[in-house]
Amino acid sequence: MTATCDLAIIGAGPAGMAAAATAADLGLSTVVLDEQPEPGGQIYRGIDRLAATRPRHLEILGLDYAAGLELTRAFRKANIDYLDNAQVWQVEPDGRVFYRRNGAADILNAKKILIAPGAMERPLPVPGWTLPGVLTCGAGQTVLKANGLAPKGRFVLAGCGPLLLLFAAQLVRAGVKPAAILETTFNRWAALSYLPGFLAAPGYLGKGLALLRELKAAGIPIHKGVTQLAIKGDTQAREIEFVCDGTTHREPVDTVFLHQGVVPNGNLAWSLNLAHEWDNAQRCFRPTLDAWGRSSVPAILVAGDAGGIVGAKGAEAMGQVAAFATATDLGGISIEECNQRAGIARASLAKHRAARPFLDALYRPHQCWVAPPDPVTVVCRCEEVRSGEIRQLVNAQNCPGPNQMKSFVRCGMGPCQGRLCGLTVVELIAECRGLPVSEVGYYRIRPPVKPVTVGDLAALNVATRHDAVGL
Amino acid sequence: MFALLLDDTEARVTVIVNGDTVSVPTSFTAAAAMLLYGNGATRTTAISGEGRAPYCMMGVCFECLMEINGEPNQQGCLVAVSEGMRINRQRGKREVHE
Repeated sequence: MTATCDLAIIGAGPAGMAAAATAADLGLSTVVLDEQPEPGGQIYRGIDRLAATRPRHLEILGLDYAAGLELTRAFRKANIDYLDNAQVWQVEPDGRVFYRRNGAADILNAKKILIAPGAMERPLPVPGWTLPGVLTCGAGQTVLKANGLAPKGRFVLAGCGPLLLLFAAQLVRAGVKPAAILETTFNRWAALSYLPGFLAAPGYLGKGLALLRELKAAGIPIHKGVTQLAIKGDTQAREIEFVCDGTTHREPVDTVFLHQGVVPNGNLAWSLNLAHEWDNAQRCFRPTLDAWGRSSVPAILVAGDAGGIVGAKGAEAMGQVAAFATATDLGGISIEECNQRAGIARASLAKHRAARPFLDALYRPHQCWVAPPDPVTVVCRCEEVRSGEIRQLVNAQNCPGPNQMKSFVRCGMGPCQGRLCGLTVVELIAECRGLPVSEVGYYRIRPPVKPVTVGDLAALNVATRHDAVGL
Repeated sequence: MFALLLDDTEARVTVIVNGDTVSVPTSFTAAAAMLLYGNGATRTTAISGEGRAPYCMMGVCFECLMEINGEPNQQGCLVAVSEGMRINRQRGKREVHE
Protein backbone atom coordinates (compact mmCIF):
# COMPACT_ATOMS: atom_id res chain seq x y z
CA MET A 1 0.00 0.00 0.00
CA THR A 2 1.21 3.46 -0.80
CA ALA A 3 1.82 5.74 2.19
CA THR A 4 0.09 9.12 2.31
CA CYS A 5 0.84 12.37 4.10
CA ASP A 6 -0.05 16.07 4.13
CA LEU A 7 3.41 17.30 3.23
CA ALA A 8 6.37 15.58 1.60
CA ILE A 9 9.63 17.49 1.89
CA ILE A 10 12.49 16.64 -0.45
CA GLY A 11 15.81 17.54 1.09
CA ALA A 12 16.98 17.76 4.71
CA GLY A 13 19.18 20.83 4.50
CA PRO A 14 18.34 24.03 6.40
CA ALA A 15 15.17 24.70 4.35
CA GLY A 16 13.85 21.13 4.58
CA MET A 17 14.69 20.67 8.25
CA ALA A 18 13.14 23.99 9.30
CA ALA A 19 10.06 23.35 7.17
CA ALA A 20 9.64 19.90 8.71
CA ALA A 21 9.87 21.12 12.31
CA THR A 22 7.41 23.95 11.61
CA ALA A 23 5.00 21.71 9.69
CA ALA A 24 4.97 19.17 12.51
CA ASP A 25 4.20 21.97 15.00
CA LEU A 26 1.29 22.98 12.79
CA GLY A 27 -0.10 19.45 12.94
CA LEU A 28 0.71 18.40 9.38
CA SER A 29 1.63 14.77 8.80
CA THR A 30 5.07 15.25 7.30
CA VAL A 31 7.54 12.98 5.51
CA VAL A 32 11.09 14.12 4.73
CA LEU A 33 13.06 12.32 2.03
CA ASP A 34 16.79 13.00 1.84
CA GLU A 35 19.59 11.52 -0.21
CA GLN A 36 22.18 11.58 2.58
CA PRO A 37 22.54 9.26 5.60
CA GLU A 38 22.26 12.21 8.02
CA PRO A 39 20.28 15.47 8.11
CA GLY A 40 22.06 18.79 7.47
CA GLY A 41 22.25 19.13 3.72
CA GLN A 42 25.61 20.11 2.28
CA ILE A 43 26.03 23.18 4.49
CA TYR A 44 25.71 21.22 7.76
CA ARG A 45 26.91 17.96 6.27
CA GLY A 46 27.72 15.26 8.85
CA ILE A 47 27.30 17.68 11.75
CA ASP A 48 25.69 15.37 14.34
CA ARG A 49 28.30 12.67 13.93
CA LEU A 50 31.14 15.16 13.79
CA ALA A 51 30.02 16.78 17.05
CA ALA A 52 29.83 13.34 18.67
CA THR A 53 33.05 11.76 17.39
CA ARG A 54 35.50 14.58 16.64
CA PRO A 55 34.26 17.79 18.30
CA ARG A 56 37.65 19.50 17.80
CA HIS A 57 36.76 19.76 14.12
CA LEU A 58 33.90 22.12 15.03
CA GLU A 59 36.61 24.73 15.66
CA ILE A 60 38.07 24.11 12.21
CA LEU A 61 34.72 24.46 10.50
CA GLY A 62 33.58 27.47 12.53
CA LEU A 63 30.55 28.83 14.33
CA ASP A 64 28.29 29.06 11.27
CA TYR A 65 28.68 25.31 10.79
CA ALA A 66 28.22 24.52 14.48
CA ALA A 67 24.98 26.55 14.40
CA GLY A 68 23.48 23.70 12.37
CA LEU A 69 23.33 21.55 15.52
CA GLU A 70 20.36 23.56 16.75
CA LEU A 71 18.49 22.80 13.52
CA THR A 72 19.29 19.09 13.44
CA ARG A 73 18.27 18.79 17.11
CA ALA A 74 14.87 20.39 16.44
CA PHE A 75 14.50 18.26 13.31
CA ARG A 76 15.22 14.99 15.10
CA LYS A 77 12.78 15.88 17.89
CA ALA A 78 9.97 16.81 15.48
CA ASN A 79 7.06 14.43 15.02
CA ILE A 80 7.79 13.56 11.38
CA ASP A 81 8.81 10.57 9.28
CA TYR A 82 12.40 11.01 8.15
CA LEU A 83 13.53 8.80 5.28
CA ASP A 84 17.31 9.05 5.00
CA ASN A 85 19.24 7.58 2.05
CA ALA A 86 16.16 8.14 -0.14
CA GLN A 87 16.73 9.07 -3.78
CA VAL A 88 13.72 10.74 -5.35
CA TRP A 89 13.68 10.08 -9.08
CA GLN A 90 10.32 11.57 -9.98
CA VAL A 91 7.68 13.89 -8.55
CA GLU A 92 4.27 14.27 -10.17
CA PRO A 93 2.03 17.37 -9.99
CA ASP A 94 -0.70 15.17 -8.47
CA GLY A 95 1.42 14.71 -5.34
CA ARG A 96 3.13 11.40 -5.97
CA VAL A 97 6.78 11.02 -5.03
CA PHE A 98 8.70 8.09 -6.55
CA TYR A 99 11.83 7.15 -4.65
CA ARG A 100 14.39 4.46 -4.04
CA ARG A 101 15.63 3.56 -0.58
CA ASN A 102 17.67 0.62 0.73
CA GLY A 103 17.60 -1.00 -2.68
CA ALA A 104 13.81 -0.90 -3.05
CA ALA A 105 11.51 1.45 -4.99
CA ASP A 106 8.43 3.01 -3.40
CA ILE A 107 5.79 5.70 -3.85
CA LEU A 108 4.54 8.31 -1.42
CA ASN A 109 1.30 10.24 -1.89
CA ALA A 110 1.35 13.77 -0.54
CA LYS A 111 -1.19 16.59 -0.61
CA LYS A 112 1.63 19.12 -0.92
CA ILE A 113 5.27 18.70 -1.86
CA LEU A 114 8.04 21.05 -0.77
CA ILE A 115 11.11 20.84 -2.97
CA ALA A 116 14.25 21.78 -1.03
CA PRO A 117 17.22 20.22 -2.84
CA GLY A 118 19.43 23.25 -2.17
CA ALA A 119 22.20 24.58 -4.33
CA MET A 120 25.04 23.20 -6.39
CA GLU A 121 28.23 24.93 -7.40
CA ARG A 122 28.13 26.90 -10.61
CA PRO A 123 30.40 25.15 -13.08
CA LEU A 124 33.75 26.84 -13.74
CA PRO A 125 34.66 25.35 -17.12
CA VAL A 126 38.34 25.93 -17.85
CA PRO A 127 40.80 23.81 -19.86
CA GLY A 128 41.77 20.80 -17.74
CA TRP A 129 38.90 20.98 -15.23
CA THR A 130 38.06 17.34 -15.95
CA LEU A 131 41.49 16.07 -14.79
CA PRO A 132 41.69 13.88 -11.69
CA GLY A 133 42.93 16.12 -8.89
CA VAL A 134 40.51 18.91 -9.79
CA LEU A 135 37.49 19.13 -7.50
CA THR A 136 35.08 21.83 -6.44
CA CYS A 137 35.65 23.76 -3.20
CA GLY A 138 32.32 22.33 -2.07
CA ALA A 139 33.65 18.81 -2.62
CA GLY A 140 36.75 19.59 -0.59
CA GLN A 141 34.61 21.05 2.16
CA THR A 142 32.24 18.08 2.09
CA VAL A 143 35.02 15.55 2.71
CA LEU A 144 36.48 17.80 5.41
CA LYS A 145 33.10 17.91 7.19
CA ALA A 146 31.85 14.39 6.58
CA ASN A 147 35.09 12.41 6.55
CA GLY A 148 37.85 14.47 8.18
CA LEU A 149 39.80 14.48 4.90
CA ALA A 150 42.11 17.35 3.97
CA PRO A 151 44.17 17.82 0.80
CA LYS A 152 47.73 16.57 0.87
CA GLY A 153 50.61 18.07 -1.12
CA ARG A 154 50.49 21.34 -3.03
CA PHE A 155 47.07 22.76 -3.78
CA VAL A 156 45.43 25.99 -4.90
CA LEU A 157 41.90 27.39 -4.75
CA ALA A 158 40.68 29.20 -7.86
CA GLY A 159 37.54 31.15 -8.68
CA CYS A 160 35.49 33.43 -6.47
CA GLY A 161 32.80 33.59 -3.84
CA PRO A 162 32.35 33.46 -0.07
CA LEU A 163 32.59 29.65 0.05
CA LEU A 164 36.06 29.72 -1.51
CA LEU A 165 37.36 32.05 1.19
CA LEU A 166 35.61 30.10 3.95
CA PHE A 167 37.05 26.79 2.73
CA ALA A 168 40.54 28.33 2.56
CA ALA A 169 40.24 29.56 6.15
CA GLN A 170 38.95 26.17 7.35
CA LEU A 171 41.94 24.45 5.76
CA VAL A 172 44.32 26.91 7.41
CA ARG A 173 42.69 26.11 10.78
CA ALA A 174 43.13 22.40 10.00
CA GLY A 175 46.85 23.04 9.53
CA VAL A 176 47.00 22.70 5.74
CA LYS A 177 47.78 25.86 3.80
CA PRO A 178 46.77 26.53 0.21
CA ALA A 179 49.79 27.43 -1.93
CA ALA A 180 47.73 30.29 -3.38
CA ILE A 181 44.23 31.64 -3.91
CA LEU A 182 43.51 32.71 -7.49
CA GLU A 183 40.59 35.12 -7.43
CA THR A 184 38.85 35.41 -10.80
CA THR A 185 36.02 37.86 -10.25
CA PHE A 186 35.66 40.64 -7.74
CA ASN A 187 33.40 43.54 -8.80
CA ARG A 188 34.10 45.93 -5.94
CA TRP A 189 32.65 49.04 -7.64
CA ALA A 190 29.55 47.40 -9.05
CA ALA A 191 28.76 46.01 -5.60
CA LEU A 192 29.25 49.25 -3.74
CA SER A 193 25.73 50.59 -4.29
CA TYR A 194 24.29 47.48 -2.59
CA LEU A 195 26.44 47.91 0.52
CA PRO A 196 23.70 49.47 2.72
CA GLY A 197 21.50 46.35 2.43
CA PHE A 198 24.48 44.15 3.16
CA LEU A 199 25.33 46.16 6.26
CA ALA A 200 21.73 45.95 7.42
CA ALA A 201 21.94 42.13 7.45
CA PRO A 202 23.85 41.65 10.69
CA GLY A 203 26.99 39.55 10.78
CA TYR A 204 27.78 39.26 7.10
CA LEU A 205 30.41 42.01 6.76
CA GLY A 206 32.17 41.09 10.00
CA LYS A 207 32.42 37.44 8.97
CA GLY A 208 33.78 38.30 5.53
CA LEU A 209 36.43 40.65 6.90
CA ALA A 210 37.43 38.15 9.59
CA LEU A 211 38.00 35.47 6.92
CA LEU A 212 40.18 37.82 4.87
CA ARG A 213 42.20 38.76 7.97
CA GLU A 214 42.66 35.09 8.82
CA LEU A 215 43.97 34.31 5.33
CA LYS A 216 46.25 37.33 5.36
CA ALA A 217 47.66 36.42 8.77
CA ALA A 218 48.36 32.91 7.50
CA GLY A 219 50.39 34.42 4.66
CA ILE A 220 48.35 32.85 1.85
CA PRO A 221 49.14 34.64 -1.44
CA ILE A 222 45.92 35.95 -3.00
CA HIS A 223 46.19 36.79 -6.72
CA LYS A 224 43.37 39.11 -7.77
CA GLY A 225 41.93 39.66 -11.22
CA VAL A 226 43.14 36.31 -12.52
CA THR A 227 42.26 35.44 -16.15
CA GLN A 228 42.96 32.61 -18.62
CA LEU A 229 42.98 29.86 -16.03
CA ALA A 230 44.06 26.44 -17.32
CA ILE A 231 44.98 23.22 -15.56
CA LYS A 232 47.62 21.03 -17.17
CA GLY A 233 48.52 17.40 -16.63
CA ASP A 234 48.68 14.02 -18.30
CA THR A 235 46.59 11.67 -16.18
CA GLN A 236 46.32 14.01 -13.20
CA ALA A 237 46.50 17.76 -12.48
CA ARG A 238 50.18 18.78 -12.36
CA GLU A 239 50.24 22.51 -13.03
CA ILE A 240 47.91 25.48 -13.02
CA GLU A 241 48.51 28.32 -15.47
CA PHE A 242 46.94 31.77 -15.18
CA VAL A 243 47.41 35.37 -16.19
CA CYS A 244 47.64 38.05 -13.52
CA ASP A 245 48.78 41.66 -14.01
CA GLY A 246 49.64 40.91 -17.63
CA THR A 247 52.03 38.09 -16.75
CA THR A 248 51.54 34.35 -17.27
CA HIS A 249 52.16 32.40 -14.09
CA ARG A 250 52.59 28.65 -13.64
CA GLU A 251 52.29 26.86 -10.32
CA PRO A 252 52.92 23.15 -9.73
CA VAL A 253 49.89 21.51 -8.10
CA ASP A 254 48.67 18.16 -6.84
CA THR A 255 45.10 19.31 -6.30
CA VAL A 256 42.99 22.24 -7.51
CA PHE A 257 39.71 23.37 -5.93
CA LEU A 258 37.44 25.39 -8.22
CA HIS A 259 34.48 27.53 -7.22
CA GLN A 260 32.41 30.39 -8.58
CA GLY A 261 29.39 30.67 -6.39
CA VAL A 262 26.34 28.48 -6.15
CA VAL A 263 23.18 28.19 -8.24
CA PRO A 264 19.86 26.40 -7.64
CA ASN A 265 20.07 22.61 -7.87
CA GLY A 266 17.28 22.65 -10.39
CA ASN A 267 16.65 19.35 -12.12
CA LEU A 268 13.69 18.29 -9.96
CA ALA A 269 11.98 21.70 -10.36
CA TRP A 270 12.61 21.68 -14.13
CA SER A 271 11.32 18.10 -14.43
CA LEU A 272 8.00 19.27 -12.97
CA ASN A 273 7.75 21.97 -15.62
CA LEU A 274 7.56 24.67 -12.97
CA ALA A 275 7.58 28.18 -14.46
CA HIS A 276 11.13 29.56 -14.28
CA GLU A 277 12.70 32.98 -14.71
CA TRP A 278 16.22 34.23 -15.40
CA ASP A 279 17.80 35.93 -12.40
CA ASN A 280 20.21 38.35 -14.01
CA ALA A 281 21.90 39.35 -10.76
CA GLN A 282 22.62 35.75 -9.80
CA ARG A 283 23.19 34.75 -13.44
CA CYS A 284 21.04 31.63 -13.23
CA PHE A 285 17.46 30.42 -13.68
CA ARG A 286 15.17 29.98 -10.70
CA PRO A 287 11.60 28.78 -10.30
CA THR A 288 9.00 31.56 -10.18
CA LEU A 289 7.61 31.61 -6.64
CA ASP A 290 5.23 33.75 -4.62
CA ALA A 291 6.37 35.27 -1.32
CA TRP A 292 5.47 32.00 0.45
CA GLY A 293 7.34 29.62 -1.85
CA ARG A 294 4.33 28.48 -3.92
CA SER A 295 5.30 27.53 -7.47
CA SER A 296 3.27 27.66 -10.68
CA VAL A 297 2.06 24.09 -10.00
CA PRO A 298 -0.56 24.09 -7.20
CA ALA A 299 0.74 21.12 -5.18
CA ILE A 300 4.40 22.15 -5.37
CA LEU A 301 6.32 24.61 -3.20
CA VAL A 302 10.04 25.37 -3.28
CA ALA A 303 12.21 26.57 -0.38
CA GLY A 304 15.87 27.34 0.17
CA ASP A 305 18.58 27.88 -2.42
CA ALA A 306 16.66 25.78 -4.97
CA GLY A 307 14.31 28.76 -5.28
CA GLY A 308 17.15 31.27 -5.84
CA ILE A 309 20.24 31.64 -3.67
CA VAL A 310 19.40 32.96 -0.18
CA GLY A 311 22.09 31.32 1.99
CA ALA A 312 21.64 28.89 4.87
CA LYS A 313 19.89 31.27 7.26
CA GLY A 314 17.60 32.58 4.52
CA ALA A 315 16.84 28.99 3.51
CA GLU A 316 15.85 28.13 7.06
CA ALA A 317 13.41 31.04 7.18
CA MET A 318 12.07 30.20 3.73
CA GLY A 319 11.39 26.63 4.86
CA GLN A 320 9.37 27.88 7.83
CA VAL A 321 7.43 30.32 5.65
CA ALA A 322 6.57 27.54 3.18
CA ALA A 323 5.35 25.32 6.03
CA PHE A 324 2.97 28.06 7.20
CA ALA A 325 1.70 28.47 3.64
CA THR A 326 1.11 24.72 3.35
CA ALA A 327 -0.83 24.58 6.62
CA THR A 328 -2.98 27.48 5.42
CA ASP A 329 -3.62 25.95 1.98
CA LEU A 330 -4.64 22.65 3.58
CA GLY A 331 -7.05 24.43 5.94
CA GLY A 332 -5.08 23.78 9.12
CA ILE A 333 -4.80 27.45 10.05
CA SER A 334 -6.53 30.60 8.89
CA ILE A 335 -4.86 33.20 6.68
CA GLU A 336 -4.88 35.63 9.62
CA GLU A 337 -3.19 33.11 11.90
CA CYS A 338 -0.67 32.31 9.18
CA ASN A 339 0.22 35.97 8.68
CA GLN A 340 0.63 36.43 12.39
CA ARG A 341 2.62 33.30 13.18
CA ALA A 342 4.86 33.51 10.12
CA GLY A 343 5.85 37.09 10.95
CA ILE A 344 9.20 36.29 12.55
CA ALA A 345 10.25 33.90 9.78
CA ARG A 346 9.23 36.37 7.08
CA ALA A 347 11.18 39.17 8.75
CA SER A 348 14.22 36.91 9.02
CA LEU A 349 13.93 35.93 5.35
CA ALA A 350 13.71 39.59 4.32
CA LYS A 351 16.79 40.42 6.39
CA HIS A 352 18.91 37.66 4.87
CA ARG A 353 17.61 38.40 1.37
CA ALA A 354 18.76 42.00 1.81
CA ALA A 355 22.38 40.82 2.01
CA ARG A 356 22.23 39.04 -1.36
CA PRO A 357 22.35 41.91 -3.88
CA PHE A 358 25.78 42.98 -2.58
CA LEU A 359 27.19 39.44 -2.69
CA ASP A 360 25.52 38.76 -6.05
CA ALA A 361 27.07 41.90 -7.56
CA LEU A 362 30.49 41.41 -5.93
CA TYR A 363 30.92 37.88 -7.27
CA ARG A 364 28.78 37.95 -10.43
CA PRO A 365 30.94 35.93 -12.83
CA HIS A 366 32.29 37.65 -15.92
CA GLN A 367 31.40 36.44 -19.40
CA CYS A 368 34.72 34.59 -19.88
CA TRP A 369 33.97 32.31 -16.91
CA VAL A 370 30.46 31.31 -17.97
CA ALA A 371 31.07 31.11 -21.75
CA PRO A 372 34.59 29.70 -22.04
CA PRO A 373 36.59 31.51 -24.76
CA ASP A 374 39.20 28.75 -25.26
CA PRO A 375 37.61 26.32 -27.78
CA VAL A 376 39.23 23.24 -26.20
CA THR A 377 37.40 23.72 -22.89
CA VAL A 378 35.13 20.79 -22.13
CA VAL A 379 31.60 22.07 -21.44
CA CYS A 380 29.59 18.84 -21.20
CA ARG A 381 31.80 16.63 -19.05
CA CYS A 382 29.71 13.49 -19.61
CA GLU A 383 29.57 13.57 -23.41
CA GLU A 384 32.86 15.47 -23.76
CA VAL A 385 31.51 18.35 -25.85
CA ARG A 386 33.84 21.36 -26.08
CA SER A 387 32.99 25.06 -26.20
CA GLY A 388 34.47 25.43 -29.72
CA GLU A 389 32.10 22.77 -31.03
CA ILE A 390 29.08 24.40 -29.39
CA ARG A 391 29.96 27.83 -30.83
CA GLN A 392 30.52 26.31 -34.27
CA LEU A 393 27.13 24.53 -34.18
CA VAL A 394 25.36 27.78 -33.34
CA ASN A 395 27.30 29.98 -35.74
CA ALA A 396 27.64 27.65 -38.74
CA GLN A 397 24.78 25.16 -38.31
CA ASN A 398 22.21 27.54 -36.81
CA CYS A 399 21.61 25.35 -33.78
CA PRO A 400 19.07 27.60 -32.04
CA GLY A 401 18.86 26.34 -28.46
CA PRO A 402 19.97 23.89 -25.77
CA ASN A 403 17.48 21.17 -26.69
CA GLN A 404 18.54 21.20 -30.33
CA MET A 405 22.14 21.02 -29.08
CA LYS A 406 21.20 17.66 -27.54
CA SER A 407 20.22 16.34 -30.97
CA PHE A 408 23.41 17.64 -32.56
CA VAL A 409 26.01 16.38 -30.09
CA ARG A 410 24.24 14.69 -27.12
CA CYS A 411 25.28 17.68 -25.00
CA GLY A 412 23.57 17.36 -21.58
CA MET A 413 22.41 13.80 -22.22
CA GLY A 414 24.99 11.92 -20.15
CA PRO A 415 24.64 10.62 -16.60
CA CYS A 416 24.53 14.08 -14.94
CA GLN A 417 21.58 15.08 -17.16
CA GLY A 418 22.87 18.57 -17.90
CA ARG A 419 23.49 19.61 -14.30
CA LEU A 420 27.15 20.41 -14.98
CA CYS A 421 26.79 21.92 -18.47
CA GLY A 422 23.30 23.44 -18.67
CA LEU A 423 24.15 26.99 -17.65
CA THR A 424 27.35 27.05 -19.75
CA VAL A 425 25.53 25.80 -22.86
CA VAL A 426 22.79 28.42 -22.61
CA GLU A 427 25.32 31.21 -21.93
CA LEU A 428 27.34 30.14 -25.01
CA ILE A 429 24.25 30.00 -27.23
CA ALA A 430 23.07 33.39 -25.93
CA GLU A 431 26.47 34.94 -26.62
CA CYS A 432 26.70 33.53 -30.17
CA ARG A 433 23.15 34.53 -31.05
CA GLY A 434 23.31 37.92 -29.34
CA LEU A 435 20.23 37.12 -27.26
CA PRO A 436 19.52 37.36 -23.54
CA VAL A 437 19.74 33.96 -21.82
CA SER A 438 16.08 34.28 -20.82
CA GLU A 439 15.16 33.96 -24.52
CA VAL A 440 17.45 30.97 -25.09
CA GLY A 441 15.78 29.04 -22.26
CA TYR A 442 17.04 25.84 -20.68
CA TYR A 443 17.17 22.09 -21.31
CA ARG A 444 13.83 20.30 -21.11
CA ILE A 445 14.54 18.08 -18.09
CA ARG A 446 12.49 14.91 -17.79
CA PRO A 447 12.17 12.29 -15.08
CA PRO A 448 13.83 10.16 -13.89
CA VAL A 449 16.07 12.83 -12.37
CA LYS A 450 18.08 10.12 -10.60
CA PRO A 451 19.13 6.74 -11.96
CA VAL A 452 16.48 4.06 -11.63
CA THR A 453 16.60 0.48 -12.84
CA VAL A 454 13.92 -1.41 -14.75
CA GLY A 455 13.90 -3.72 -11.73
CA ASP A 456 12.96 -0.80 -9.45
CA LEU A 457 10.08 0.14 -11.73
CA ALA A 458 8.88 -3.45 -11.99
CA ALA A 459 8.93 -3.79 -8.20
CA LEU A 460 6.49 -0.91 -7.69
CA ASN A 461 2.93 -1.57 -6.61
CA VAL A 462 1.11 -2.94 -9.67
CA ALA A 463 -1.77 -0.48 -9.42
CA THR A 464 0.58 2.49 -9.64
CA ARG A 465 3.53 1.38 -11.71
CA HIS A 466 1.89 2.00 -15.06
CA ASP A 467 2.13 5.71 -14.25
CA ALA A 468 5.81 5.56 -13.43
CA VAL A 469 8.31 6.79 -15.89
CA GLY A 470 8.61 4.92 -19.13
CA LEU A 471 5.82 2.40 -18.50
CA MET B 1 45.73 13.80 -2.98
CA PHE B 2 44.06 13.60 0.44
CA ALA B 3 44.99 12.66 3.98
CA LEU B 4 42.94 11.91 7.06
CA LEU B 5 43.25 14.54 9.79
CA LEU B 6 44.98 12.77 12.63
CA ASP B 7 42.60 12.93 15.58
CA ASP B 8 39.85 10.97 13.89
CA THR B 9 38.58 8.51 16.45
CA GLU B 10 35.71 6.96 14.53
CA ALA B 11 35.20 3.21 14.26
CA ARG B 12 36.65 1.68 11.11
CA VAL B 13 35.76 -0.89 8.50
CA THR B 14 37.92 -2.83 6.09
CA VAL B 15 37.31 -2.26 2.39
CA ILE B 16 39.15 -3.33 -0.75
CA VAL B 17 40.09 -0.40 -3.02
CA ASN B 18 41.34 -1.47 -6.47
CA GLY B 19 42.46 -4.77 -4.93
CA ASP B 20 44.22 -3.28 -1.89
CA THR B 21 42.80 -4.02 1.54
CA VAL B 22 42.58 -0.80 3.56
CA SER B 23 40.85 0.47 6.70
CA VAL B 24 38.59 3.56 6.57
CA PRO B 25 36.26 5.29 9.06
CA THR B 26 32.64 4.09 9.00
CA SER B 27 31.55 7.60 7.96
CA PHE B 28 33.25 7.16 4.58
CA THR B 29 31.57 6.81 1.23
CA ALA B 30 33.09 4.67 -1.51
CA ALA B 31 34.21 7.88 -3.24
CA ALA B 32 35.92 9.16 -0.07
CA ALA B 33 37.80 5.85 0.16
CA MET B 34 38.89 6.34 -3.46
CA LEU B 35 40.10 9.90 -2.72
CA LEU B 36 42.25 8.52 0.09
CA TYR B 37 43.48 5.31 -1.54
CA GLY B 38 42.40 5.31 -5.21
CA ASN B 39 45.51 7.02 -6.59
CA GLY B 40 44.10 9.23 -9.36
CA ALA B 41 41.44 8.33 -11.91
CA THR B 42 38.50 6.31 -10.60
CA ARG B 43 36.95 5.70 -14.01
CA THR B 44 37.70 6.11 -17.68
CA THR B 45 35.04 7.78 -19.79
CA ALA B 46 32.78 5.93 -22.21
CA ILE B 47 33.55 8.47 -24.97
CA SER B 48 37.33 9.05 -25.17
CA GLY B 49 38.57 6.78 -22.40
CA GLU B 50 40.22 9.61 -20.48
CA GLY B 51 40.57 9.35 -16.70
CA ARG B 52 38.17 11.03 -14.30
CA ALA B 53 37.85 11.16 -10.52
CA PRO B 54 35.26 12.36 -7.96
CA TYR B 55 34.49 16.03 -8.59
CA CYS B 56 31.47 17.34 -6.62
CA MET B 57 31.08 14.76 -3.81
CA MET B 58 27.38 15.65 -3.48
CA GLY B 59 25.66 13.53 -6.09
CA VAL B 60 25.24 15.97 -8.98
CA CYS B 61 28.23 15.45 -11.31
CA PHE B 62 28.26 11.64 -11.74
CA GLU B 63 32.05 11.68 -12.23
CA CYS B 64 32.47 9.20 -9.36
CA LEU B 65 30.69 6.35 -11.15
CA MET B 66 32.55 3.23 -10.03
CA GLU B 67 32.16 -0.48 -9.55
CA ILE B 68 31.02 -1.40 -6.06
CA ASN B 69 30.75 -5.05 -5.03
CA GLY B 70 30.78 -6.00 -8.70
CA GLU B 71 27.94 -3.61 -9.59
CA PRO B 72 29.05 -0.99 -12.16
CA ASN B 73 27.83 2.63 -12.54
CA GLN B 74 27.36 3.28 -8.82
CA GLN B 75 27.58 6.90 -7.63
CA GLY B 76 30.47 6.37 -5.22
CA CYS B 77 29.80 9.58 -3.27
CA LEU B 78 26.33 8.35 -2.29
CA VAL B 79 27.27 4.82 -1.19
CA ALA B 80 28.37 4.35 2.42
CA VAL B 81 31.22 1.88 2.99
CA SER B 82 30.54 -1.43 4.67
CA GLU B 83 32.78 -4.26 5.91
CA GLY B 84 34.46 -6.08 3.04
CA MET B 85 33.14 -3.74 0.32
CA ARG B 86 34.99 -4.09 -3.00
CA ILE B 87 35.47 -0.70 -4.63
CA ASN B 88 36.95 -0.72 -8.11
CA ARG B 89 37.86 1.70 -10.86
CA GLN B 90 35.38 1.53 -13.75
CA ARG B 91 36.69 1.28 -17.30
CA GLY B 92 34.59 2.89 -20.03
CA LYS B 93 30.89 2.20 -20.16
CA ARG B 94 29.27 -0.55 -18.14
CA GLU B 95 28.84 -3.95 -19.70
CA VAL B 96 25.34 -5.38 -20.11
CA HIS B 97 25.39 -9.08 -19.34
CA GLU B 98 23.01 -11.56 -20.93
